[in-house]
Amino acid sequence: MIPGAFEYYRPQSVPEAVSLLGTHGDDARVVAGGHSLIPMMKLRMADVPHLIDLQGLSDLSGISVEDGQVRLGALVTQSEIVSSDALAQAAPILRETAMLIADPQVRNMGTVGGNVANGDPGNDMPALMQCLDAEFDLVGPGGARAVKARDFYIAAYMTEREDDEILTGMRFAVQTGGWAYEKQKRKIGDYATAAAAVQLTKEGGKVATAAIAMTNLSDVPAFSEAAGAALIGTDCDDAAIKAAVDAMQGDIEPSEDNRGPVEFKRHVAGVMLSRAVKRAWSRA
Amino acid sequence: MTEITLTVNGEARTIEVDPRELLIHTLRERLNLTGAHIGCETSHCGACTVDLGGKSVKSCTVFAVQAEGAEITTIEGVATPEGMHVLQEMFREHHGLQCGFCTPGMITRAWRLLQDNPNPSEEEVRFGMSGNLCRCTGYQNIVKAVLAAADEMNAAKEAAQ
Repeated sequence: MIPGAFEYYRPQSVPEAVSLLGTHGDDARVVAGGHSLIPMMKLRMADVPHLIDLQGLSDLSGISVEDGQVRLGALVTQSEIVSSDALAQAAPILRETAMLIADPQVRNMGTVGGNVANGDPGNDMPALMQCLDAEFDLVGPGGARAVKARDFYIAAYMTEREDDEILTGMRFAVQTGGWAYEKQKRKIGDYATAAAAVQLTKEGGKVATAAIAMTNLSDVPAFSEAAGAALIGTDCDDAAIKAAVDAMQGDIEPSEDNRGPVEFKRHVAGVMLSRAVKRAWSRA
Repeated sequence: MTEITLTVNGEARTIEVDPRELLIHTLRERLNLTGAHIGCETSHCGACTVDLGGKSVKSCTVFAVQAEGAEITTIEGVATPEGMHVLQEMFREHHGLQCGFCTPGMITRAWRLLQDNPNPSEEEVRFGMSGNLCRCTGYQNIVKAVLAAADEMNAAKEAAQ
């Protein structure tokens, strides 16, 4: 499978990359690890006459944890997430999630920026970033702006990012309390049939805060405020978890595909969320 | 066409490539390194695994131009003039291959895995090799071969000290 022909660019600065995007408009795409885009180009589902490789942009790399804030550059690979001890301290749910993405070779190339920016409903990091209430940093010809992960996704492969903007990284608060990412997949390398991201805190034996988001159960990642609210103030017993699962069902809209019919996906979504809440609570 | 320089198995190679050319094609067709295989072409099977800048990657999903300036090791660079690599010996010893199609990818991946983790558990080998598929389903002996190679390499290291 050979992709269509394209011109290749390797800019050395963000302004240079933004300017290239501006010049070529819809005909240009940026590439980081390429493990979503290159397969699409090989299948000729993506036509990219101008390919802008971001690997030379050092501003887009690195993981930092400072003053209670975590910043991930867009070029941080899933492998770097898995191996970062600072991140495992600051937000351990990242490692747990990245370990469930694809396989070692793909994690060596696939980046967190590509994972969140592509808008593929199957990707795991979008729901996780909604769970963490992350902000995405975008740079375009008009300057820089930030968009909350919870406001970023419009539809499958459609996001708030404009065609002439580059997603440069993401930021979220250092996490406390318990966490879990539970993912059901048919085999290594598959997307989720259903997955749940849970981050919660405990005070006086009760749930103080809870954030819940689901993967691959709608055409966008599904942050469920109602599911989190159902847990707050409870001691996370079975009745509270059932209420959270019921509330979550109102925020997803799965469609039938080769991973199963809608009823099955709703069932698996409930199982994943219930397991994730129990595990997060045990760690809180 | 774009001129790129790659260091392949220790040797600098400057070649002209089409930007849309995948690294696996550059290696196989321009550099005549046909050890890495084209299997699924969809970044699932791992037959095309090579080492790029110290990391295992699937060379069917990397453009050669992206690898400009990088160091690459293919299965051809794993053996030495003195003989086969311990991993190759152990794959033979433990029947770690049947049809052999996945073997270059398996060994190139295991070669990096054992550098990252010289003393892996069986579970770590299975997880670390999970990006490589064997359609003969010969996984038991592949895992045995990798674990045996780790033991041999560790024993050789100890003997050398």
